[in-house]
Amino acid sequence: MIQLFRMAFRDLGRNRRRTFFSILALAMGLALLILMASFINGEMSNAMDTTIQLQSGHLQLRAQNYDERKASLKWENLIEDPTKVAGQISALEPVVAAAPRLFASGIATARDQTAGVKIVGIDPGSVTNDPYREGLVSGEYLAPDDREGILIGRPLAEKMGLDVGDQIDLTANTSNGDVSEQLFTIRGIYSTQTRVFDSAIVFLPLAKAQAMTGTENHASTIFVLLKDKDQTDAVVNALQTSNNKILTWTKMNEVIIQTENMANSYMSLFYLIVLAVTATVIINTLIMAVFERTREIGILAAIGMKGRRIMAIFLAESSILAVGGILLGLVLGYLAVAYLERNGFYVGNMAVGGGGFLIRDTVYAKFTLEGTINLSIMAFVITLLAGLYPAMMAARMEPVEALRAEK
Amino acid sequence: MEVTKIENVTRIFKIGQVETQALRGVSLSIQSGEFTALVGPSGSGKTTLLQLIGCLDQPTSGSVFINGKEVSKLNRNQRADMRRGTIGFIFQFFALIPTLSAYENIEMPLLLNGHSASERRARITDLLAAVDLSDRANHRPDQLSGGQQQRVAIARALAPRPTLILADEPTANLDTANGKQVMEIMTRLNQETGVTFIFATHDPRVIQYARRVITLRDGLIDANNVQHMPEDEKMAVGA
Repeated sequence: MIQLFRMAFRDLGRNRRRTFFSILALAMGLALLILMASFINGEMSNAMDTTIQLQSGHLQLRAQNYDERKASLKWENLIEDPTKVAGQISALEPVVAAAPRLFASGIATARDQTAGVKIVGIDPGSVTNDPYREGLVSGEYLAPDDREGILIGRPLAEKMGLDVGDQIDLTANTSNGDVSEQLFTIRGIYSTQTRVFDSAIVFLPLAKAQAMTGTENHASTIFVLLKDKDQTDAVVNALQTSNNKILTWTKMNEVIIQTENMANSYMSLFYLIVLAVTATVIINTLIMAVFERTREIGILAAIGMKGRRIMAIFLAESSILAVGGILLGLVLGYLAVAYLERNGFYVGNMAVGGGGFLIRDTVYAKFTLEGTINLSIMAFVITLLAGLYPAMMAARMEPVEALRAEK
Repeated sequence: MEVTKIENVTRIFKIGQVETQALRGVSLSIQSGEFTALVGPSGSGKTTLLQLIGCLDQPTSGSVFINGKEVSKLNRNQRADMRRGTIGFIFQFFALIPTLSAYENIEMPLLLNGHSASERRARITDLLAAVDLSDRANHRPDQLSGGQQQRVAIARALAPRPTLILADEPTANLDTANGKQVMEIMTRLNQETGVTFIFATHDPRVIQYARRVITLRDGLIDANNVQHMPEDEKMAVGA
């Protein structure tokens, strides 16, 4: 066995340039796939994290008959005394924070321009709203008792030509079906780097939003963030007695999970295509080696080496190529992934809105150990399979004809 | 004891539509310890006959026996088994594996026969000494002269202690001095070990070493003569 690999290793050393390029082809293919897998992984976990952070939370508590699409403001569709409910949920051990939010449809008007917006009333002091506080690009954050201030997203500000201190007229639906209108002063402009979110959402302090929409002491939802999303079920069980319905992040973000599954099946096809291309390089290299060494194969057969063993020499060569290619591919792939983990890849406005999911405009790769191991195993198996045909070709040579060859 | 027996063997090669009759009905018997030359012009069937005896090829008709066993009906693997333990080959081109050292080339048939590391080491050391190449054990073929390479090939052929060694034009690519050295080594090993040698040649200087000369012409045995060997006495005295 050792002799077999020693021989195979030396055989590969005869044409070092060709061996190097075969290994490089496999390495580049594998590196590309590791990068792709890590990119998809980064994109999907970006989508999930961003959507959880900005839109869904890990859990939401809502009134049984609340219809998200209608953004109903009727009292019977809302949670009563939300601050108290949020306080109770916050007391649970796995919960980072729970805070009420009130949603209302509205129209923003400034100068001659109007835009449809979603008004979100928030508790400015809650850490659940940190992404907006931290995302401030100019001006100040909202104070809980601010009665005239509003926070708007950068894309909306740019579209309407607004800046901090400018005034904006907001019209909103109310709980009794009327509309109310009020002039607000832009306190701050935020950016979550998620264009579809930032251009549609404006924030008011919860109390002001309740006052404007006539929903005193009610909220559309209790938005809950957990320390670890694996603890979701535990918290759901703890809250089960409540009259309200509980939505989990998996339920709210089914689209992301489905998209990820779809992306994974497309990627598997892509992996096979790339590895099949690199396999042809390996096949080509080994077929050339078989032709170049036909007479040697004849000599080995003459001294009594059986076809099986001759085959094993060539399979050993392809496994050495595979190991070399995989090792180099892991290094190249890891370097590329490390670069994109650091610097990210600008994808622009890829976010999907309306019950969909949110992706930030820069996607950072996320190294996937499982994907890398799977790809390496796949590359090894495919390279060995690629070696099978040349190896069989060598094993089936008639000794007499092989000995007659020029080389 | 009869090492090989050939009965009415024919061998027809088909290349495209053309049939070439390389052997047209050859019968022959070679006894253990013989040192026999197959001679004849190019195309007379020498190499084909050696390949049939060496289980590298199969006859179109007729039978080939090695040590009393019919080999002409064996399958690929059985023929490989027969070659591995029983038959050694020496080729016109110095048929060594270029990536292996002299030592490793000789080791190859021993590995195939499953000898232990210590057995292999002892055997190779003896063989390298026998072909006068003890100081070249770690040299690769491209670091050896043609004569040295052919001596390594002789050592490799002898390594598994075969009963029969077949040599196809063993000196054709060597100069006179190296050719003479190779033939003398072969003669000596034949006498010392009793292994049977059959070699194909058309070099008259090589033919003189043979005890028996079988002449082939157009695929048939033309003459089968036992030579009187003046070297016998010389070598006996020398030894």
